Order: sequence, then structure tokens, then C-alpha cells
Amino acid sequence: MSDKKKRDQGGADIVKGKASPIHGVDLPGGDVIGRPLRKADGLDKATGLALYTDDIQFPDMLHAKILRSPLPHARIKSIDYSEALAMDGVVDVMVGSELPIPYCVIPWTRDETALCTDKVRFIGDGVAAVAAVDEATAIEACKRIKVDYEALKPILTIEAAKQPPEDEAIHVGNRRGNQHKYVDLSFGDLDAGFRHSTSIAHDDYYFHGTTHAPIEPHCAIGKPEPGGQLCIISATQVPHYLQRELARVLGMAQQNIRVIQPALGGAFGGKSEPFDLEFVVAHLARKTGRPVKCLYTREEVFYSHRGRHPMAMNFKVGLDDEGKIQAVRSKIDLDGGAYSSFGLVTTYYAGQLLTGPYDFASYGFTSTRYYTNKPCCGPKRGHGSVQPRFAFECALDEAAAGLGLDPMTVRERNTMPRVATTVNGMRVQSNGFLACLQAARKASGWDEKWGKLPRGRGIGVAGSMYISGTNYPVYPNEMPQSGVTVQLDRSGRALVLCGASDIGQGSDSMFTYIVAEELGIEPGHVRIVSSDTDLTPVDLGAYSSRITFMAGNACIDACRRLRKLLLEAAATALGQSAKRLRLAGGYAVAVDDTAVSLPMQEVFRLAEAENGTLSASGWYNTPLLGGEYRGGTIGSSPAYSFTCHVAEVDIDLETGELRVPKVWVAHDCGRALNPVIVEGQMEGSTYMGAAELMMEDQDFYPADHAAPGLHLGPSLLDYPIPTSSEVPEFEALIIESLDPEGPYGAKEAGEGPLHSTIPAIANAIHDAVGIRLKTLPITAAKIWRALQETH
Amino acid sequence: MLRLPAFDLLEPTSLEEALHLLAEHGGDAMPIAGGTDLLPNMKHELFTPKVLVSLTSIPALRAIEDLGDAWRLGAGCPLGELANHPGLQQSLPALAEALGAVGGPHHRRMGTLGGNLCLDTRCLYYNQTFQWREALGFCLKKDGDVCHVAGGRKCVAAASNDSAPPLLVYDATVEIVGPGGARTLPVREFYHPDGISNTRLEDGELVVALRVAKPSQGTRAAFHKLRRSGAIDFPLLNMAVSLRLDERGTLVALSAAVSALAARPNLVKGLDRFLGQVPDEALVEAIANRCRRGSVPLTNLATDPEWRRAMVPVFIKRLLQRCLDA
Repeated sequence: MSDKKKRDQGGADIVKGKASPIHGVDLPGGDVIGRPLRKADGLDKATGLALYTDDIQFPDMLHAKILRSPLPHARIKSIDYSEALAMDGVVDVMVGSELPIPYCVIPWTRDETALCTDKVRFIGDGVAAVAAVDEATAIEACKRIKVDYEALKPILTIEAAKQPPEDEAIHVGNRRGNQHKYVDLSFGDLDAGFRHSTSIAHDDYYFHGTTHAPIEPHCAIGKPEPGGQLCIISATQVPHYLQRELARVLGMAQQNIRVIQPALGGAFGGKSEPFDLEFVVAHLARKTGRPVKCLYTREEVFYSHRGRHPMAMNFKVGLDDEGKIQAVRSKIDLDGGAYSSFGLVTTYYAGQLLTGPYDFASYGFTSTRYYTNKPCCGPKRGHGSVQPRFAFECALDEAAAGLGLDPMTVRERNTMPRVATTVNGMRVQSNGFLACLQAARKASGWDEKWGKLPRGRGIGVAGSMYISGTNYPVYPNEMPQSGVTVQLDRSGRALVLCGASDIGQGSDSMFTYIVAEELGIEPGHVRIVSSDTDLTPVDLGAYSSRITFMAGNACIDACRRLRKLLLEAAATALGQSAKRLRLAGGYAVAVDDTAVSLPMQEVFRLAEAENGTLSASGWYNTPLLGGEYRGGTIGSSPAYSFTCHVAEVDIDLETGELRVPKVWVAHDCGRALNPVIVEGQMEGSTYMGAAELMMEDQDFYPADHAAPGLHLGPSLLDYPIPTSSEVPEFEALIIESLDPEGPYGAKEAGEGPLHSTIPAIANAIHDAVGIRLKTLPITAAKIWRALQETH
Repeated sequence: MLRLPAFDLLEPTSLEEALHLLAEHGGDAMPIAGGTDLLPNMKHELFTPKVLVSLTSIPALRAIEDLGDAWRLGAGCPLGELANHPGLQQSLPALAEALGAVGGPHHRRMGTLGGNLCLDTRCLYYNQTFQWREALGFCLKKDGDVCHVAGGRKCVAAASNDSAPPLLVYDATVEIVGPGGARTLPVREFYHPDGISNTRLEDGELVVALRVAKPSQGTRAAFHKLRRSGAIDFPLLNMAVSLRLDERGTLVALSAAVSALAARPNLVKGLDRFLGQVPDEALVEAIANRCRRGSVPLTNLATDPEWRRAMVPVFIKRLLQRCLDA
């Protein structure tokens, strides 16, 4: 049998490394799983009991501040920090040459150093750092550091980056000038596809830059530990990758670095790689022998960025007479900012993640990422595919209009089968997209509204698909992507140890529910220790919507090993066969006689007496996935979520002001382990997407301005995020397709439900006023101008 | 997080004591009421007072007095308290609306009427951190000598207080005390067109209260704030109108104000010509266009100035219509 065929049959028999057991939906759950329980950490966060990084203090702790570049592109000729170092209260100063080893979360593109060594690449690039007895002293000391720059011509647009550099490339030595990554992939016969198309939409679209704006700014503490070890406490969503890069850059053994992630106040992808402050506090802690804390200002959060790449996108979509998609071709330019970040992956994702939820036989994309002298772009919720999804779903509406087809119908007609392999080789084993469309169609009253509302009011639809983790870790290895250890003791408590990062999405809660479900104990008897590299098995981190799927499976795996011992112990004590017992609600109980029961604490004691100390580890690794071509594994996931948004808009025809009175979101998350948390993710994603369309804009002054490359307003006043008065009314429609490999059938819910928000609103605007706005954001001023032009 | 620079806080309990402290510390001191404007500006190093003289413990500043034919509103009254005052909502609806549109609930709890009246002008190039302004090369209003908006030698930072337009159309009067004693100034003369400091307050002077005559029977007024966000946002445009019809429906009084353009909140001139007519669609249109003529938005705020200008007649028309329909 060929590999291709094996993949089509599910692929569970092909493994890299060792096959991990997949329990999937064999136990349906239901005592805890699927119930709208409280979040495990909800009350602590609401009452202020939860400790965030900046809440943590140590005796003798120093405070660090980073001096940042006022120029977008310049060589550093000299740095004189003698005056700063001589100040009362200043303990140490560091510059880039002290930590010259380059890093990047993606090991193939290490182009960033802790602090700049030879040149600065954007306004806000770190140049030097001060450790002082307090923050005010560190800030004052930074002002006294004299840096002599030789200014270079800044490159601020994709168009400028395509030209040969006037002074020098942003990364000298890059053989492609300011081009960072180029991908060109094609599947099927595109020429034939467009030949068979009777309606072709072909247009340019532009998605602007947006940033994550987590409420908690980045913060890190470096702390020397006994035995020459170093502890880094950081507001990160990837403790494991941070530990690896710290070890490399600091020249330390990985096992001598402990990374702890405390409670996190939002991340959204903005904390999913190492940042300068983590290296700075690590290095200064080693130099001074004292704990060192660094907390970003909001301005620094905007400069650290790693948010959504601006993308200039040309999309061509062809439909045949029946409205079936025959061919899709895109050319995408990405404005990457000063460094790589996850950019290599973004360049692939911009094309690779678009081959569902619709079925088409020919597809091609060219995707090119450029360096520019602006803060570095990276992964933001819905990494890489939110931008092309906007363009594609608008183009699909345009092509359907050419045939006089209802946008809902064209999407239903093109939905891929429930089990399928996409044109670029992605394996899809569960797909509730059609159910999503149908649910949203019904709930929104689509048939009574589309094309029938008065001018100024409109309704629009869009669909999307997203990954539940990827099968490829950012550094290639054969080890599990997630490990979980569960320990039980005679007090009746279960302890879960896992490297996974709860960033607010609820992964600690997810462990709680799974352990309570599997072992039949109260959720309150489960303790979670997560994201501490000294205490927990490795999990790769909170990105790519991977944790529920991967760590959830690993947790079930660990629990099943213990469950077996518990059932045996209970069976012996109760004189029943293990098969006739249930573990639920704090008791082992006979299925046909509830009088025959034993408290779980007693069961734990019996099992511990019988087997010794109770502990088990479980783990998860994806099966081999992806197409057999260069880049074929990037974007291949063990399971895909599906989303459909229907949005209603209300436009003031005189002012252009846009209101979104209501949004319906149907999301196939496989199985809602906790429907309240799933709805929360759907809601948060939708609000974030709507804000990206309507108001958010991470932009910079242009080359002809007094301060080229300067951020337009790095504050939450100038960069508006929605308040409760702007967000739409919202209706969540959870679709459960039960993925065969997901934990209890679950897939992701944290990122997918963002994608189609944006094109659904854009399509609704078109329905309302007949105008196709192809450049984001869609502000009132922009709608007003378009309305003026059409009059 | 941005740090608040260190300062000494003095808390006088009488106006006399406050004036004395301000005089004693001179240029090192600034008065502070709710601090919702001053404290962020201090974090941005726009002001670096060594001493803050708090006005919050002075009972005389907190009174809302109904004088029969007028209201006397203490400068220290919180904005939210005024916005929710039933008597004011009834009598001065445009003012109550405007004060209810300031910031968010927390700002209205802390921020005061006097503070809003004296709100520092705002500009894209000014309300930023020290590091940001340094990268810009600073600007005319603070630490620099270039205006990045207009290029000239005159600061055009925008009057961004929501209280000014209704106080202009209601023709309110400002009560002021200072080292030279007490004086009053109509709000219509309180501002001047200099973005660096747009009020006519002298050093060491304090606003004590606003006196607003109760509008004559039949007066209708309304306010609108154009903004990006429904809360916690400064205006892109602020507009207020006030009008009165006689028993035959003839327009006998009309005033309109537009602000958030440049430094001075603008009372629209030349509206008297519309008096004596019975308002119809054409008259409303003509008034709106008159308001547009004197309103020239600049690039001092982060929104398309052409759109902002086009919005003036749109919203003036809507405000007039609201008044006529009332």
C-alpha cells in the first residue's frame, strides 16, 4: 500500500517515532465532559488571588529597562554608558555584544539577537539595558546612555523592499536583498480549472497590520538559583521553546534553566516566542547575582508586536456553470517587519490553510515575505490564514454574483466531504461545515434577509477551516509533542503535571475536566501544575490551537493507565467485575446497583496499597501527515475545525458609520468539552475579528514624514480595541462532529472562529450598499468615501 | 507600565489655602482635581510639576446650586454626578449629554467640570511618551519647534473637552479666583486659539464654578460627539446647537458650536441671519452649511480630515432636527 493510500485510510498505522495511543471517542464522557462547569482558575482571577509575573517580588530584586532605538534603520557606531553606570542605584548595564548568539523560535531563521549588536532595524529595537535598584532609576539611566548612530535609508513598504537596497539590506548578507521567504506551490491543473470556469473573480485585496493587545504587558524575572542554575519567570506562552533558546544564547545547559509561566493576562500569539526582555533579565541576573525584573510599557508591547502580517493579496477564483469551484490562484506579499519570527511558517500558512472547507481540484499560490524597518510581524490568533481568508471569501462572493448565486448556496454546494484529503494533501477526518452553514442559515433568517433588506442594511456569510495543532514541532524531533503525568495519593487528590500553558484559553480547566471524568472524582479534587519546565513533562506550548487536542489526548492516556488500577481495586473490594463498575461523582459504583459503591478516596487507598505509589504518564504524538512535497507538512494537522459566520450590518448612508448589530457563529469544535468555554472562545474570536475590520490598525509614518517608521500611536487610546459598546450581539451555535482522534472527539475552538468574521462583515457591507471594500480596515471614513464615489 | 513621576501632593481644605499654595510654589505647582487628564500627561512627561495642589478636599467647589433663574455648578463636581442630575438633564440637556459622553464611567467618577473645561488640548504628535516624541524630534507644543500638523509657528492642537460646545451655546459664565481676586469671564471669551494653552486663565488662577442661565421657555438644545469608540474616547468632532421658536414656530434664537478642530472651541458666527424664519428643510440645510464653512478639521487627530469636515453639516442637521422634533 502506498503512503498516500494509508493516509487516506486514516494514517494511524504510520508513525514518526513511536505511535502514540489514540483513545479518541471510544469513551463518550458525559459526567463532567460537556458540562458548563466553572473555569478552574476563574475565581482566582476574578478575586485577584492569581499571581501574574509582575505580582511576583524577591528580596534584593533589581529592575531592568531597555533603551530602544529612535531610528528605524541605522548602524550603531558606538555606545557610551559610562554616565549611566556611574549613577547611584545603577548596578549594571548590558549591550548587545554581550549576548551575540542569534535566536529565533524557528531554528532555520535565527536573525535576532537579545539586544542589537551592529545595527538597529526598527524604532523600538533594543540597544542596551540597565539593571538598577528600582525602575525609575533604570529609566533615568537609559536616558543617559549615549548611542552614536549612522542613519540608513529605511525600507517601510513591500514595494520598497522589492527594490535593491539603496544603502544596505536590513539583514546584510541575505542573498535575496530584503526578501525573506518565497514559496510557490501548485496543485492540480490550474489552466484547465480556469478554462472550465464561467465566472471568474480576480482582484487585489489588502489586509492591514493588527496586533494582539493583551491586557497584561510582557514581563519577565531572571533569578539565580543554587547550583549555578537560573530560573526565568515569564509571561510566555511557550516555556519549552524559551528554555531552549535561552540555553543556546546564554551558553548554558538546558537542564540548568528553569522556565516558569505564572498566570497570564492574555497572549493571542503575542507571547509565543522569546523576547528581548527574557534574555536581558537572564543575563543581568547572572551578571549581578540578583533577581532582575523587566516589565514592558504598553508602548514596548506595540513595538515587540509579532502581530498580523500586512498582506497584499491578488486572488483569482473560478466557478463553473453550477457554481462549483474549479480553480483558485493567489499571489501574496507579506510585510514581515524587521525580523523572521514565525515568518517562514506564515509564508506557507498564507497559502496552505486555504484548501478547505471547500472542495476544489486545482489550487496555486505564490507567497513572498519581505523584511521592512518596522516591528516584527508574527503569529496572531488565526496565524497566517486570517488575511487570505478575507480575500478568498470576498472573491467567492464576487464569483458567485457572476452566476447570480446566493452566497450561502455557493458555499453549501462546494463543501468538502466529511472525510477527505484536500488538494494539497491535508487529511480531514471530521467536518461539520455543512451543519455550520445550515445552522447559521436558519438562526440568522438568511433566506428572508439576503438581498432583501433596505439599502444600508445587509447580511453576509463566510466560512473557514483551521488547524488543531500541527504535526510538525518548530524543531524537528521524534519525541512526544505533549506529555502529561498524573499522580494520585491517598488523600483523594489527583495531581496533573504538564508543560502546557494556560493563557486564558482554559487548558488547566481542560485537564481538570478530563481527570474528573476519567477517574470519577470531583473537579475540585484535581490539582494542576503546568508550564514549569523543572516540574512538568514537555508540552510544546500554547500555539496553533494544539493543547486541547494534544495535551488532552496525553492526559486521557495517563488517566486510562490509572483508571485500570482503580477499577481493579474497586472490583476486588466490592466483589464485582470491573466491567460492571462506573467511576463517577466521587464513587466507584456498580452500574446496576447504586447501593454497591465505594468513595474514590477509598479506591485510591486500595489501589495504592495494591500497586504502590500511583502515578502514570501519558503522551501524544501526531501520526505522519501532510503532502509529499517541500512544505507539505506545514499546516497539516491531525484535525481541522470549521466555522461559519453570518453577520448583519447597518450602515449610516450619510456618515458611513458601520454597526454590526448581530453575528451568528457556527463552529465545529468536534466536541465541546465545556460549552461555556467554547462559546467564550467563539465570542472572543469574533469580537477580535470584528475589531480588526472596523478599527484596529498597526501602522507607521511613511518615508516622506518627519519620523519615517514611527508607530502612529502605540497606546490603547490611539490603537482602539472595542469596548462593550462596539461589540455585536452574538449567538453561538456549537456543532459537534466528533473527530475520531480528538479527545472525546474534540478539536480546536480558540482561533478558527476568528477567520470568517471579517469576510462575513465585508460581504454584508456589500449586500447593504453594493460596495466591495477590498482594503482593511473598513472605517466610517472609508465607507463614506466609497459612497460618495458611487453617487 | 508607564511610571508616574514623583511629586508632592498638597491637600488644602479651602480655596484661600489652595491659592496661597499655588502662589507659594509658583511654576513648580499645578492644581489637580480628578487627575484623569493631568496624570496621563505627567506619565508622558508633558508636565513635570514638583507639587500638585489637590482641589478635591475643598467643599466650596462641590456644590450644585439652583439659583432660580440660573444654575451654579461647582468646578469640583464629578462629571458623572452632573450628567445624571435630573434637574440638569431637564434644564440643560445638551450639557448633561456632553458630560455623560466624557471617557468611561471611571473618568466621569473622577473627572470634574472644572477639569474638563480646562482640559489640555490634544494632538497626535503631543499625547505620546517621551521616547516616542524623542523619535519624532518633538513638536511645537512641547520640547520642540516644529508643528507636524500645519508646519507653522502656531500650535493647532485640538480642543478635546466635551463640555465646551454646550457651555458655548448656553452662553455660560466662568467664575475665576486668583491672586488678583475674583473675576468672571463668559465661556465665549474663555478660550483663545493657541494650542499650547487655550484658556485665558492666568498663572495661579482657579476656576471656581460655572454659572449657566436657565434657558427661556421653549429653548431646545442637543449635543453630538463623533468618535471611533462608543466609550473611553476623545472626540473627532463635538457639536452642540440651541434654538428657540416662538408660538408661531418662528426661529427667534439660534446658536451652534463645533469643536475638536483646532485649539479654540468654535461658536459658529453669522447665524442671526436665519432668525425670523419658520424652519423648513432648506433652512436647516442652510444653517448646517453655514456651520460647515467655519469648520476646517486638520490632521491633528487620527482620522480623515475631509470626512470629519463633511460630518459637520450632517450632524448639525440631525441636531437641529432633534430640537425641532422635540
